[in-house]
Amino acid sequence: MGGKGENDDNGVNSKKTVFVTVGTTCFDALVKAVDTVEVKEELSRKGYTHLTIQMGRGTYIPTKSDGEEGGLVVDFFTFSSSIADYLKSASLVISHAGSGSIFETLKLGKPLIVVVNEDLMDNHQCELAEELAERKHLFYGRPQTLNQTIKSMDLETLIPYMPGDAMPVAKIINRFLGFPDD
Amino acid sequence: MHQVSSLLIKLIPFYPRYFWSGSCVHLIMEKGNGCCFSIMTMPNLIVVLIAIIVIFVIRILFVIHQSRKPLHNLPPKAVSTLIVLGSGGHTAEMINLIRVLQMERFTPRVYVVASTDNMSLQKAQVLEASMVDQAGPDKLKEKAQFMQIYRSREVGQSYLTSIWTTLVALVHALLLMIKIRPQVILCNGPGTCFPLCVIAFVFKVLGIRWSSIFYVESIARVKRLSLSGLLLYKLHIADLIFVQWPHLQKKYPRTLYVGCLM
Repeated sequence: MGGKGENDDNGVNSKKTVFVTVGTTCFDALVKAVDTVEVKEELSRKGYTHLTIQMGRGTYIPTKSDGEEGGLVVDFFTFSSSIADYLKSASLVISHAGSGSIFETLKLGKPLIVVVNEDLMDNHQCELAEELAERKHLFYGRPQTLNQTIKSMDLETLIPYMPGDAMPVAKIINRFLGFPDD
Repeated sequence: MHQVSSLLIKLIPFYPRYFWSGSCVHLIMEKGNGCCFSIMTMPNLIVVLIAIIVIFVIRILFVIHQSRKPLHNLPPKAVSTLIVLGSGGHTAEMINLIRVLQMERFTPRVYVVASTDNMSLQKAQVLEASMVDQAGPDKLKEKAQFMQIYRSREVGQSYLTSIWTTLVALVHALLLMIKIRPQVILCNGPGTCFPLCVIAFVFKVLGIRWSSIFYVESIARVKRLSLSGLLLYKLHIADLIFVQWPHLQKKYPRTLYVGCLM
């Protein structure tokens, strides 16, 4: 309680977890990127203490660490039915560009970095991440430049995402079918 | 021929949609006796064929024209609804939409899910169970049904084998549609919904069942429609196509911009 951590600018030694998720995809490039010394150091500098990686179908195994030398505590797993719990307890989420992961994170109001998988053939998913980044709801980067994205990100500039609403669609469908408005 | 076509165009809207194809034959017989007697008695196969093709083209144009307009002759009762679930993000968006629809209007409901997508099936079952809890069992007279459909192509499958699997998927889709014959189809991609929509459109043309087809483009599509969305748009198969980003509506003017569903 209140102890000053080595790399902690705020002087608070509480647990701050970075959660990395690739969904059901195989996205080794992202797992490799977060496993690099540069990214881990950058995350420590920003005050994060734990790094949890959901690696999906990928084959690259990141290095576990219990954070003895003052670095991050690193852990990983392939799949889990309680991704929502991991998201809830995270202070920062680094995710693939799947719309499911993106909106689940945004609705929880967690800071999010979306990393685009450049190996995918039809990469329409970057459209969504780009658009949401332009609207300042998230940060958007590539695996190779992830450490720079983390370095330059300012969480204060993010604008909270207001959850969408399916009511307009429902109204139009009802009217089209001749149902009266409520 | 021109006279027959123009007469048909004038008369078509006065016939009810559901039984139009049956009445059409009468119409040709009656009017044919008057103005094109020679055509009907001449055993000329080509002329008959051309006539059939013209009638079909007119009927298709009529169906497309009618599909754009809201229904007026439908009494405000329940409509049988087919909900095609995609996968992952698609399913999540569809479930958001189903939640806000009045369940007593859209009933009975049939959910169709790709046979390899157990996750979506589970989500739909959870949704239906929660709605039964909310409304009480008396309010929902008929229970929702869940059906699985073969996918025409799995991720990574070779193109050669996918010809065969596409055929199987089509036949399966046809059997399902004959069984369900929904009045309303709700879908939002990806590919699974396309064959079902095409079959529904053919049913409309043949007068088997008039269904209103609604397609909601995925929120992930910001700049271009997906392949299913584009095909349904270009071929005029969907009655209404909703998009979630303003640029898309500008690019495809016949779509409706409705804001984000997620």
